[in-house]
Amino acid sequence: AAESSDSDEEDLVSYGTALQPLQEGERIKKPVPLQEQTVKDAKGRYQRFHGAFTGGFSAGYFNTVGTKEGWTPSAFVSSRQKRADRTVLGPEDFMDEEDLSEFGIAPKDITTTDDFASKAKDKIKEKARQIAGVVAAIPGTTAFDDLIGPSKITIGVELLRKMGWKEGQGVGPRVKRKPRRQKPDPAVKVYGCALPPGLSEGSEDEEDEYQPENVTFAPKDVMPVDLTPKENVHGLGYKGLDPSQALFGASGREHLNLFAGGSEDTSNLLGDLRHSKGRKLGITGQAFGVGALEEEDDDIYATETLSKYDTVLKDEEPGDGLYGWTAPKQYRSKKRSEREVKYIGKILDGFSLASKSSTPSKIYQPPDLPRNYRPVHYFRPVIAAGNESYHLQKALEESTGKLECDTTQQSRHALNASQRRERLGETGLKGPAPSVLEYLSEKDRERLKEVKQASEQQMKAKMLPQQSRNSRFQPASTDDASHKWQMLLGGQLANAGSSDFKPFARNPEKQKRYESFVKSLKQGEKDTLEHYLDPSMTEWERGREQEEFFRAAMFYKSSNSTLSSRFTRAKYEDDVDKVEVPRDQENDIDDKETAVKMKMFGKLTRDKFEWHPEKLLCKRFNVPDPYPDSSIVGLPKVKRDKYSVFNFLTLSEPTTSVTPATNEKIQQNNSSNKPKKPSRWDVSDKEKEKKDSISEFISLARSKVDAQQQPSVPATEECGTGPSDTLPTEVTNEDKDQEEESRPSMDLFKAIFASSSDEKSSSSEEESDEEQQPTTSVIDSETTKQVDLPDSSLSNVQENMPATTDPDISLLPASKQELSATEEFGPKLPPAFSSGRFCRLHRKEKHRRNREKHKTKREHKHKKEKKKKHKKQKNKGKHKNKKSEKDSSSDTEDSSDSLSDIDTTGLSPKELLRR
Amino acid sequence: KVNCVQFNEEATIIVSGSIDSTVRCWDCRSRRPDPVQVLDEAKDGVSSVKVSDHEILSGSVDGRVRRYDLRAGQLYSDYVGSPITSVCFSKDGQCALAASLDSTLRLLDKETGELLGEYTGHRSTAYRLDCVLSEQDTHVGSASEDGNVYFWDLVEGSLALSLAVGRGVVQSLSFHPTLPCLLAATEGRVQLWREETFQPE
Repeated sequence: AAESSDSDEEDLVSYGTALQPLQEGERIKKPVPLQEQTVKDAKGRYQRFHGAFTGGFSAGYFNTVGTKEGWTPSAFVSSRQKRADRTVLGPEDFMDEEDLSEFGIAPKDITTTDDFASKAKDKIKEKARQIAGVVAAIPGTTAFDDLIGPSKITIGVELLRKMGWKEGQGVGPRVKRKPRRQKPDPAVKVYGCALPPGLSEGSEDEEDEYQPENVTFAPKDVMPVDLTPKENVHGLGYKGLDPSQALFGASGREHLNLFAGGSEDTSNLLGDLRHSKGRKLGITGQAFGVGALEEEDDDIYATETLSKYDTVLKDEEPGDGLYGWTAPKQYRSKKRSEREVKYIGKILDGFSLASKSSTPSKIYQPPDLPRNYRPVHYFRPVIAAGNESYHLQKALEESTGKLECDTTQQSRHALNASQRRERLGETGLKGPAPSVLEYLSEKDRERLKEVKQASEQQMKAKMLPQQSRNSRFQPASTDDASHKWQMLLGGQLANAGSSDFKPFARNPEKQKRYESFVKSLKQGEKDTLEHYLDPSMTEWERGREQEEFFRAAMFYKSSNSTLSSRFTRAKYEDDVDKVEVPRDQENDIDDKETAVKMKMFGKLTRDKFEWHPEKLLCKRFNVPDPYPDSSIVGLPKVKRDKYSVFNFLTLSEPTTSVTPATNEKIQQNNSSNKPKKPSRWDVSDKEKEKKDSISEFISLARSKVDAQQQPSVPATEECGTGPSDTLPTEVTNEDKDQEEESRPSMDLFKAIFASSSDEKSSSSEEESDEEQQPTTSVIDSETTKQVDLPDSSLSNVQENMPATTDPDISLLPASKQELSATEEFGPKLPPAFSSGRFCRLHRKEKHRRNREKHKTKREHKHKKEKKKKHKKQKNKGKHKNKKSEKDSSSDTEDSSDSLSDIDTTGLSPKELLRR
Repeated sequence: KVNCVQFNEEATIIVSGSIDSTVRCWDCRSRRPDPVQVLDEAKDGVSSVKVSDHEILSGSVDGRVRRYDLRAGQLYSDYVGSPITSVCFSKDGQCALAASLDSTLRLLDKETGELLGEYTGHRSTAYRLDCVLSEQDTHVGSASEDGNVYFWDLVEGSLALSLAVGRGVVQSLSFHPTLPCLLAATEGRVQLWREETFQPE
């Protein structure tokens, strides 16, 4: 602490002298009282500021004589040879140093002498002399001083005099004086500063004199402008009482007129007034100001004259009294303009007032707004050139209705390229193929067309499927889908409550767009949706985002709506930024299912989690709290960012709401129509076998659909009878996709066990157990990642088997025929489960599966491999690690364990599994 | 919609399993309106819940048997595959019996999750049917949709008895904890079954 204080002191800047540090036990000195404090001069002498001649307190040496030694008499020595000088003592000889210093009575500094001093100083002196003369015992004596005193004439004045100048004259050539009129014309306006009264008076006096012809006069002397700075503390305009007037006024040369310019009677009048107020002697000048007892404290410096008062009642301006201030406007305004001219001020030479006032500047009215003008700018969706997009645009316009009439009225600038082209009758450019159809082979397209027609015939009544198919094969036609979405969402969103659901919190702009989008949806606006999308984005991006928005809105909706009571998924939707995700998630059931099939219960089917029971629960169970320090309840959770909606679609894999009763009916009616969800009440063994094919199909369909910007929506809507129906299926479908994605691949599974089974049987079990735990967590994190990049992973799949997917999909509509029959049963079958098309697919797949059961499995694995690249790489990495360990023959336990088993790796994973 | 309720040993906690995929523990001592703890790990409706002195066993439609061990602070989740209709502990506390909709009863080792036995022969595909263990853990019993109650030998897994209780579905089944005494509910009736030698006092 001491060091730090030292360093602090170094940094500090101190002012003044510090107090002496107090010693221990020392008493604080009493401060010296003010009267005892003394002042010393530079030599340490008390109370001495001035020399003796300037009123110093002490003179000489401490009020004694010249020096400390005392007064030394000067020696006088005079001899015959050497006569002593007769020293003449001046006053300086008796002065102290202070008297000779700058502020003393005889400063030795160089100063300007009177000869060169400024005139102002002289004036002051003169004034002082005048006053002194007045105040002196014999008044007027000072006047003689002037006469007697030496004349100090500056060289300039001397020169002027030699040139014939006399004081009181102006400088310049002599002029002929014009005879002046006796009285100044009242009409003549005097602009600028009024002439000093004394001068004008003098001139008038002169004018009165006889003025002979051909006599020239010197020009009038110019009163120099008084540039003396204000040195006193009097108020502005204050003039001290002139003693010559104040004291000798009554008997003096002039009569004292405090009210300058006032006539006799008025002064009397006012004087009486003043006297009645108890004023003495009538010396009520500005010099005295206003006393505290006086009531009047108005403009105290104002000189009151009677001329300020009207004495005659008459029209000031003849002709103006006709109307007074209530004159009609025209009259007044005319009058005013004239008066304005009058008051413009001094008109410069060479200028004259304009007889006509300039015409007022014309004010242009703002343009009238068109009636349909909206003061909000919105961005029209930019639609790329292309036939389809033009149709799209058309459809859009038709759907909105209002837009259409707008476009017809719009100028050519408002048209987009395609519209202009249409008007010009040109053929469209062959842009980038907007349809997936064009990527398909001829054959496939034909087939699609056939299928389309067939389905159209059957589904004449239903418009939705048709639209959905369009949207499926035309990525550009997002608005079709959007309208459907709106149909679906509109009603539900109307009663949607809070909007703290922020699926795009990561991207604030996007989130904003999403919010406005949701708002518009709530308000039931149909066409505004497109406006919220970023106009700078490409069509593809916009379509994608729109889709995402819908999905998000739908998801949010589904959890809030009344339907949500049937769902189990309501876990995370209201979190703002982050989602709480269980740290450990149960492994996906796929490999477990195989294990169950093989009756390999135990490790494969078991998940073990850390679980924190509530403290109270432990208490009630009479069980000690296993985690007394933790505040967690339930499964430990991990905060994860909410990147996208898709992110947390995976997190929960909720199951659907299908009641047992309905499912039972399904089963009874259509034994082959099995719901694909393994968590159904009515899942059979067969179903489980099919599971792979189903999921495979879903993944394919999803990839397909994803590439077309219409993931899984059309599929559900085709069979949907209403929004309430399609909603759950949509969700479940999606879930399945997610499940599909998050399922660990078989080879991962095998890799784990293969590696562990290589080792000794005793250690392998433990090892596998240990290894499984980390890998599951890896899977969890991986799945979320994958969801973020569904395209990349899915595109891989698509590349892998485009040939198989297309026919599958094309078959779908055809299978609807069967569907229509089955759909009649039961209350509202969720279409995804009742769909017969799946059944067909399954069969097909099954056939293939039966033929080459192992092959397909491997194929499937192969696909998964691609999907889970990261995972595999990790596993590979693991292997490599091990191998490298072997190579380096390090002494770690793992390597020693595995060393012995390198040769036995010939076992196939299958066999290992069966073990 | 609550599927099942169960007291704990001291009747201080009611454990309920409901269709909303949660198991909720309600405090009997206080009048708290909200549950002490909600076990929401299940992905589907909880069809059956059993409570031992320190464990909560729940069977869910998502095909898993979850055992919450309060003492160890662990959750064991065993995948069975088919929707679980009923679970129960064995009397010795070593095993858990799970009945599922694939018409199979499985006896699982509580600690490891290994399959100790499988019992088939009855029909259980749609209803939430109960399964029981006899008072000595010698037999495994299950209701069936064909109106019978089936009993299997626990160790051998062979069908020991098929008790014709009625024509409809036997909806509920319960075994006396200490005596050879069986309660069965079918067609709106509850039946009490005892051994032939039993003499009511």
